[in-house]
Amino acid sequence: MFYQKTIEQIKTDTRPSSAGAKAFYNNPKYRGWIYQSLLLIFLIAFFYSIISNTLSNMAAQGIKSGFGFMTTSAGFDVLMSLIPFETTDSYTKVFIIGILNTILVSIIGVICSTMLGFIFGIAYFSRNWLIKKISIIYVETFRNIPVILQVLFWYTAVLTTLPSTRDSLSIGEAFFLNIRGLYIPRLIDEPKSFVVYIAIVIAIVAIFFLRRWARKRQDLTGEQFPLIWSSLGILLGLPLLALFIAGVPFHFEYPELKGFNFQGGINVIPELMALAIAMSIYTGAFIAEAVRAGIQSVPHGQTEAARSIGLKERKIMSLIIVPQAMRVITPMLNSEYQSLVKNTTIATAIGYPELFTVFAGSALNQVGQAIEMMFMSLAIYFALNMMISFIMNQFNKRVAITTR
Amino acid sequence: MKKLSSIIAGGLAIGLTISAQAGTLEDVKKRGTLSCGVSTGLAGFSQKDEKGVWSGLDVDVCRSVAAAVLGDASKVQYKPLTAKERFTALQSGEIDILSRNTTWTHTRDTSLGLNFAGVIYYDGTGFMVSKKLGVKSATELDGANACIQAGTSTELAIADYFRENKMNYKAVTFDTSDQTRTGFESGRCDFLVSDQSQLYALRIGLKDPSAAVVLPEVISKEPLGPVVRQNDDVWFNIVKWVVNASIEGEFQNVTSANAKDLRKNGNPGQKRLLGSEGDLGEKLGLSADWAYQAITQVGNYSESFERNVGQDSPLKISRGLNAQWNKGGILYSPAMR
Repeated sequence: MFYQKTIEQIKTDTRPSSAGAKAFYNNPKYRGWIYQSLLLIFLIAFFYSIISNTLSNMAAQGIKSGFGFMTTSAGFDVLMSLIPFETTDSYTKVFIIGILNTILVSIIGVICSTMLGFIFGIAYFSRNWLIKKISIIYVETFRNIPVILQVLFWYTAVLTTLPSTRDSLSIGEAFFLNIRGLYIPRLIDEPKSFVVYIAIVIAIVAIFFLRRWARKRQDLTGEQFPLIWSSLGILLGLPLLALFIAGVPFHFEYPELKGFNFQGGINVIPELMALAIAMSIYTGAFIAEAVRAGIQSVPHGQTEAARSIGLKERKIMSLIIVPQAMRVITPMLNSEYQSLVKNTTIATAIGYPELFTVFAGSALNQVGQAIEMMFMSLAIYFALNMMISFIMNQFNKRVAITTR
Repeated sequence: MKKLSSIIAGGLAIGLTISAQAGTLEDVKKRGTLSCGVSTGLAGFSQKDEKGVWSGLDVDVCRSVAAAVLGDASKVQYKPLTAKERFTALQSGEIDILSRNTTWTHTRDTSLGLNFAGVIYYDGTGFMVSKKLGVKSATELDGANACIQAGTSTELAIADYFRENKMNYKAVTFDTSDQTRTGFESGRCDFLVSDQSQLYALRIGLKDPSAAVVLPEVISKEPLGPVVRQNDDVWFNIVKWVVNASIEGEFQNVTSANAKDLRKNGNPGQKRLLGSEGDLGEKLGLSADWAYQAITQVGNYSESFERNVGQDSPLKISRGLNAQWNKGGILYSPAMR
């Protein structure tokens, strides 16, 4: 808009003036304002008429409207919740639980699919025939099967064939796997456990400064510092030290079979596992292709140049090829992550209680106010994807070509 | 400028168009078929056989209405709906009548813009458990997992029951009743909770029906009936009185077999029902033989009940509450006069 204006202004500046050109409605600045405000008025009138029409139609049909339902108690149970939930809690809480469950499965999916995508994307360039073929087979298989079938496959064909609670598979009577999911011990804090948390924070800060120092040193002297190993050492060593100094201020709560179910510990429900696995593998296949495309976009001369200055093959990948490939990969990652978030709505097929299943499904059916509740759900998915877009755009700015 | 103003006017015109609340009766007559929302498959209530023919107690309501309105019980277009989809389908006008084992509740009746046109089956929430658990009563189910169909009144009934009895449960919800059965069979949950009639229907679908038992507890009232849109009283009356005609038919001993004879030689009550006396059909905006068509083509309530869920069906549900009021049940049609 601003570019256009300046061009217009240049034109008027150079144009020979006449009587008509001086009229205010021919002034591009005012004319722009007039058109913009007319458009704005039109849009307001348009949406106002749609909304008021909908409301009057709903009133005529006797359908309730408004957001009063948000404070009434839901009266039904939700399978999985990251925050405490009772059946007497309000629909607002059901809404929040749905959002949290959507975010949870999205985060797991984004992390795992990125890992899978990079592993298989880079494996495509392996000189090992088998590894290369495995990469191709992975991409071609999982990219070409509808994601809903993959979700149902993991849920019905894999996870519901696990043994019953009484015959659970177990590792050391601490980890249990059965048809009701995975049960793992829960870490319980004791009064002195804050010492360990502080140690973790200190370790992270220390690594941050160590990194800065190591980079500076390398820039000045060219000497390299074993950053990864020393970071790992700090990250493990400091908390471990604190752990023993404080006298191991933690204990585990083990899952135990009581009555019908395991009690205690953390239960990862099979619906979450099926959805997370399917999302990761499906999106991972697309990311692998994005990674492959990114790497192929880096001219081969770069590899040759890197070899000629004597870099090892592994260093060539991590220091020369991948950083340049990221410029191509990042925008594609952005849209893959966004489709992953949207694809989580497939959960409704297996009953994982994310936003679409629990709020736009169960709650909507109990309340019956489709327009409000659908709009709220749409707004959340929109907001989540805008957030991903924002983060990825920031990341893109960092990896984009910087001219020196 | 001219262009812009015409665009604005056009936009306003689109926005201001008020969707007309057309009479469903005229729509159905014009279309020549009745659009009826049913379940995605529930034995005894609405199910499709290998040839694609729908049958069941809920389906018979649609067939009766089609026979009364269009004179032909086969002129029904069935729309299978999940519990979650059903009300929106009716509100949006996609279907003319929702006959899908739907519980008549206060909230649904008052806030969804819908009307319940009567009760065709008095049901209640019950439990089905695997026999090998050895559970004899629902009070022993503390801490168990429940398979439930999402978007049903069952979801609310079980929450109330467990809270009342200070017990805990975990709700594993699925979209269709078939999925709840699969979940129950695979052991994802310890018990299946649903309307009792559905439990019997789901039980005969199990690989080994004798491995599951239905517990004696009935924890809620679930009166099931057909639903229509609010503010269309003509259509509401038709569905309501077609349901009543089927119940009254049984009470008056009018069956599909003897209706033709009784129309000529019956008592005054039978003749009024069958349209050879009085003007009941006319008052509904239908032809005089509306109930006659419904009963000859579909049968009275008893015929429909026994054929679909009763002794002539695999479900073998006894009449119980669903018997006539003078035979120990609570079925009672208002006066046909």
